Amino acid sequence: MTELRMRDALREALREEMIRDSRIFLLGEDIGAYGGSYAVTKGLLEEFGEERVKDTPIAESGIVGVGIGAAMAGLRPMVELMTINFSFLALEQIVNSAAKLHYMSNGQIRVPLVIRMASGGGSPLAATHSHSLEGLYAHFPGLNVVCPSNAADAKGLLKRAFRDENTTIFIEHTAIYGVKGEVPDDPDFVVEFGKANILRAGSDVTIVGYSGSVHQALRAATLLEQDGIEAEVIDLRTLRPLDMGTVIASVKKTNRAVIVEDDWKFGGFGGELSAQIMEQAFDWLDAPVARVSGKDVPMPYNRNLEFAALPSEEDVVEAVLAMM
Amino acid sequence: MTQQISLPGSAMDDPGSEQLGLFLYQMQLLRRFEEKTGEMYTKGKIRGFLHLYTGQEACAVGALNALREQDQIVTHYRDHGHALARGVDANRIMAELFGRVDGLSGGRGGSMHLYDVSKGFLGGYAIVAAHLPLAVGLGLAARMQKEDRLALCIFGDGSVGEGEFHEALNLAALWDTPVIFFCENNLYGMGVRFAESLSTQIPKLAAAYNMPAVSINGMDVLEVYRETRKAVEHCSAGNGPYFIEAMTYRYRGHSMADPELYRLKDEIEQYRKRDAIEALKQHMMERGMLDQAGWEDVVRRVDKAVDDAVAFADASPEPGLDTLYGNLMAEPTDD
Repeated sequence: MTELRMRDALREALREEMIRDSRIFLLGEDIGAYGGSYAVTKGLLEEFGEERVKDTPIAESGIVGVGIGAAMAGLRPMVELMTINFSFLALEQIVNSAAKLHYMSNGQIRVPLVIRMASGGGSPLAATHSHSLEGLYAHFPGLNVVCPSNAADAKGLLKRAFRDENTTIFIEHTAIYGVKGEVPDDPDFVVEFGKANILRAGSDVTIVGYSGSVHQALRAATLLEQDGIEAEVIDLRTLRPLDMGTVIASVKKTNRAVIVEDDWKFGGFGGELSAQIMEQAFDWLDAPVARVSGKDVPMPYNRNLEFAALPSEEDVVEAVLAMM
Repeated sequence: MTQQISLPGSAMDDPGSEQLGLFLYQMQLLRRFEEKTGEMYTKGKIRGFLHLYTGQEACAVGALNALREQDQIVTHYRDHGHALARGVDANRIMAELFGRVDGLSGGRGGSMHLYDVSKGFLGGYAIVAAHLPLAVGLGLAARMQKEDRLALCIFGDGSVGEGEFHEALNLAALWDTPVIFFCENNLYGMGVRFAESLSTQIPKLAAAYNMPAVSINGMDVLEVYRETRKAVEHCSAGNGPYFIEAMTYRYRGHSMADPELYRLKDEIEQYRKRDAIEALKQHMMERGMLDQAGWEDVVRRVDKAVDDAVAFADASPEPGLDTLYGNLMAEPTDD
């Protein structure tokens, strides 16, 4: 084990996979000479050369399309899109081609592509660089949607993504790039998709989060302990495939569920989770499922307003206390 | 009056009478196949959108025959002709249009999304210009894999207003990828004349991205074949992308749903007088490569192939409902 920040763990995953598989190459905006806008790809150009670490023009749709084509031809590209809001320019390629070609061709075509992008608020970058839209991508069948909350998972899930035969949308929360954690050194360490992680066991309430919101959930659980409430905290890790089994088993034990997400509540992924808990564990619930979400506005720049727009651990505590 | 076909310029590329016979057969097959699909559409055997290729046959037959076996193709949604000219099984194309289990993708894709990976035919794409960046990726992969393979990317004049057109041309030239951009300019993006949707000429756009760009007569199969051969040699020699604008014309509406309020019947008649099949027929007859009996034999063989395709498609079962979720996610392979 080595203690690494999440960005360094991601870089380790890229390095190890590029060494393991010569079909892997990286495409993206400022991933080479600049080292990546969040420094994830720093040093990879020097180590692997221009052929495998390609700086691209600012042309999101074009470079994702190139990634899809190269994947169709047998390579294993990774495209970095700087931030999730930029990925909207490539949404057509992701949704209409990457997610559908295997199905539409009845299995003839494969698109083993990894698309990385940063998301989340707190930086403060205002409304075009701060949203958490994991749930948007989770809406589309045919994609994997991965959103790690810590360094070890970031490494294991990214390595797993390169070993998949489908397109993976890999979403990294900017606020936790610098958070350190113990990371396995084994080059064959991978974290399977569709396996939620119980980060904290508890018997009174289930708090479900993903990506950055896992940290609010964990802090809330610590605060709740002072009130004598034992919260079980679940990190979903991947939204597609989704491990509802772990969530349902926990809810059947605790009889209460709170969902924490940075995303907007209206039409967000928390709504999907809430509905599935209701469908699968209605008779076990002692209270309606609660959602603690981002506020229904574009992200403001001002520090106080931004904090007010994001869910906090106090919001989570309040939601839990309200249902006890 | 039929159009005078241009004479072959370089001896190396001269298609012999056998090859011209193949071109004639294929063009007639594309024509008859499309007429039949129109008929099947009105009978309700084919559903959804159906875009007929009638009139543009010289583009598909000239361009696809210039390719090599290892080359790959991505094209737009008016794709039946390209698949047929690549040698994709007409029976399986028709079965796909019927939505049946023996279709190219078991009825998953339909008319606008034909795939036959075994022939390097990587799909019809129904989002305008979506496949242009894919072609650059295919070309880039060939270069990185150090394989002498290129991507032929066929699209319509309607694509050139899309951002993906410009992104793809820039990336293809920037990275010297072996891609032939083949624009079938049939004068209309659905019902809007291309001259009303573009402030310049198409080859000028391509030339601006630093690649050879030519405009050719897309109603002349020999000219299309020769120019595409040149493009293949250019790409194969590692010289980067090549751009061809083929001026052509579709005889039928944009799709079967098109009432054609935007053009005059007279315009269609004028183009029919330049019909590519008639022109090749005359070219061959003048040179003693074809006589009336030979032509009638072509017609007979084509009619039989098309009738067989309909019979094959009609006999093919509907896909089972238990296959609905199949091939959503690709499973690992042994490699």
